[in-house]
Amino acid sequence: MKRKLLSALLVAALAVSMTACSTGGSSAKDGSTLTVLNYGKYIDETVVKQFEKETGIKVKYEEYESPEEMYTKYKAGSIDYDVICSSEYMVEKLINEGEVLEEDYDAMDNYKNLDPTIVDMSSSYDKNHTYSVPYFYGTLGLIYNKTQVDANTVSSWDCLWNPTYEDEIIMENSVRDSFAPALISLGYSLNDTDEDHLNAALDILKKQKDDKIVYAYYVDETADAMIGEEAAIALCYSGEGALAMEENENLGYAVPKEGSNLWIDSWFIPKSCTNQKNAMQFLNFLCRDDIAEKNFEYVQYASPITSVVENQDKEQLNNEAINPSKETIKRCEIYKALDDEKSALYNKLWQELLSH
Amino acid sequence: MNKFKQQFLAGPYLIWIIGFILLPLVMILCYGFTTGDCSFTLEYITAIASETNRKSLGLSLKLGILCTVICLVLAYPLAMILNNMHIKNQGIVVFIFMLPMWMNFMLRILAWKLLLSKNGVINSILTSLGLDRINIINTPAAVVLGMVYDFLPFMLLPIYNSMTRIRHDWIEAAKDLGAGSITIFFKIILPLTISGIVSGIVMVFVPSLTSFAISQILGGGHVLLIGNVIEQDFMQGMQWNAGSGLSFVLMIFVLVSMALVNLFDKEGEGTALC
Repeated sequence: MKRKLLSALLVAALAVSMTACSTGGSSAKDGSTLTVLNYGKYIDETVVKQFEKETGIKVKYEEYESPEEMYTKYKAGSIDYDVICSSEYMVEKLINEGEVLEEDYDAMDNYKNLDPTIVDMSSSYDKNHTYSVPYFYGTLGLIYNKTQVDANTVSSWDCLWNPTYEDEIIMENSVRDSFAPALISLGYSLNDTDEDHLNAALDILKKQKDDKIVYAYYVDETADAMIGEEAAIALCYSGEGALAMEENENLGYAVPKEGSNLWIDSWFIPKSCTNQKNAMQFLNFLCRDDIAEKNFEYVQYASPITSVVENQDKEQLNNEAINPSKETIKRCEIYKALDDEKSALYNKLWQELLSH
Repeated sequence: MNKFKQQFLAGPYLIWIIGFILLPLVMILCYGFTTGDCSFTLEYITAIASETNRKSLGLSLKLGILCTVICLVLAYPLAMILNNMHIKNQGIVVFIFMLPMWMNFMLRILAWKLLLSKNGVINSILTSLGLDRINIINTPAAVVLGMVYDFLPFMLLPIYNSMTRIRHDWIEAAKDLGAGSITIFFKIILPLTISGIVSGIVMVFVPSLTSFAISQILGGGHVLLIGNVIEQDFMQGMQWNAGSGLSFVLMIFVLVSMALVNLFDKEGEGTALC
C-alpha cells in the first residue's frame, strides 16, 4: 500500500515539474509569446501554427462563447490578453471605458487589404478608426425550411408571431438578438433603450411564448437543430445560416425587409497587452490575403478583405447568408453599446421573459 | 514530533479548504451584501422576492422535490431487489448500476437531448411503429427526466448500503415470532434504512435544486431555474453582486437540508460512500 502511495506521489511530482518546465520554457524566451482571445471556432487552426512558424512567436490561444463572457474574462484580469476579437458593441463599451490601446496602422503593411467601405461602417463604434481592425461581418436574419415556409413569409419579422408556426420557431438565447426583431416589428430601432418601448417588446415576446410558438431558445445549437429539421424558422447569424445551408439543401436564409442587425467582429489590443509589437504583427498577419482566404474558407462569414471577396465564385457572392448585399446592409443597423444601467434593465427584462 | 508530522500532512488539505472553499464563500458573502461601490446593502438578498426570482426558485423547488420523490420511488424497491438477490458477488451488480456515473454527466444529458428531440431517436422509432410522437424536449418534464437519470445512483447507494447492514438473523427471528412480510418491512427494514433514505434524499435534492446545466440543455430556454438566473447574473449580466446575493439565499436552502440529514444520519452513511 505504502509503495503504491509513493509511486502515485512520484507521478504527481513528475507531472507538476513537467508543467513547471513548459511554463518556464516559454517565459524564458521572454517577449516572444502572444495571448489571443477569440470566439470559439473562429479561426483556422493552421493559421495560428503558420504564424508561430513564420515569426517564432508562441501563441497562447483562448476561446469564449458570448461577448458578455469575454467581458467577464477580461475584467477578471487574471490573464494578460494581448489581442482580443469581439463584437462591435462590446468593443465600443471597452473603448468607452478606456480599456483599448490605439493601433499604429502605419506599421501594418496589410491594412490596405481591408475594404474601405467596411472600415467606414466600423466608425459607428470606432469613430476615427484608431482602435480596431475588422475581422468578419454579417447580419442577423432568419433561416427557414423551404419545404414548410415560402420566401415571402420570411421577408417580414411578422412570421415570428404567426401562430400557425406552433412549436416551430427557434429564437436566440441571447438578450439583444431576441429583443431586436421585437423592437423592429414594433417600429422602433434595435438600439432603442426607452423603457416603455422595451416593455412593449417584452410583451410581444411573452405573447409569442404564450402562443407556444417558440420551440426553444438556442445559440450554438440552432444550426444543428435546423439541419435536423426540428423547426421551420430560426433566428440566427448569417454565417451559421450558410453553414446549415451547406448541410441541408432545404434551408434558406433571409434578412426581413424591416431591417435587422449588422454586426462586425473586430480585433483590438487591450490595455493588458504586454507586447504591442507582437500583437500588431498578428493583426497584420490576419489581414494578409492568403491567410484571410484560409480563415474565410474555415469560418464562412463575410470577410472585409477585398481579395477574398474577389476570389469567390458567383454562387458564394450572391449567397445572402455569406455576403450581405448592399441593399441588405443599407436597411441594417449596428448595435450601440449599452451603459451599465441599460444592460441591467435589458438583463432584468430578459430574465422576466425566460421565467414567464 | 509525531504530532507535528500529522499536522504537516494536513497542510495541503488545509490550503485546499481555505483557498477553494472558505475564501470563495467569504467572497460570495462580501459580494452579496455590498453594492458595486462597496457599501452595505440588503438589496441583493431581498431580490429573491422579485417576481422572476420567486418564480424560478419556486420552479427549482418543485422540480427538485419531484425529482427526489421519483428517485426514491425507483431506488428503494431496486435496493431491496439488489439486496435480496442470491448472487455470489453482489458488488458486481451494484457496479453495473454505478457504471454510467463514471461518464461525464454533461455528455449523458446531451445524449438525452438527441434521444428526445423532435426528430430524435425515440420519436423516429415511435413514428416508424405508427405511434404518436412524444414532445417533452424543452419542457420541465424533460428536465426532471434528465435529473432523475443523473442523480438516481446517489439515492440508490445510501439506501442499498443501509440495507446490507440489516442482519438476516433479525428478519428470521421476526419470521419465527410470526411476523408477516408487511410487518417485517415496516417494523424492521424501513426503520433501519431511514438514515440511508434521508441521506439519499439530500444527495438528490441538493444537486437538483441547484442544477442549471441540465435545465439549459434539456429545457431549451423554457425552464429557468434559480441556478440559471445566478449563472446569467455572473456570465451574461456582469452582475456579480446580484448573483452572489441569490447564491447566498440558495445556500440557506442547502444548509437547511444538510441540517436535516444530521438529525437522522448520525453514522454518516451517505458520506461514507461518496
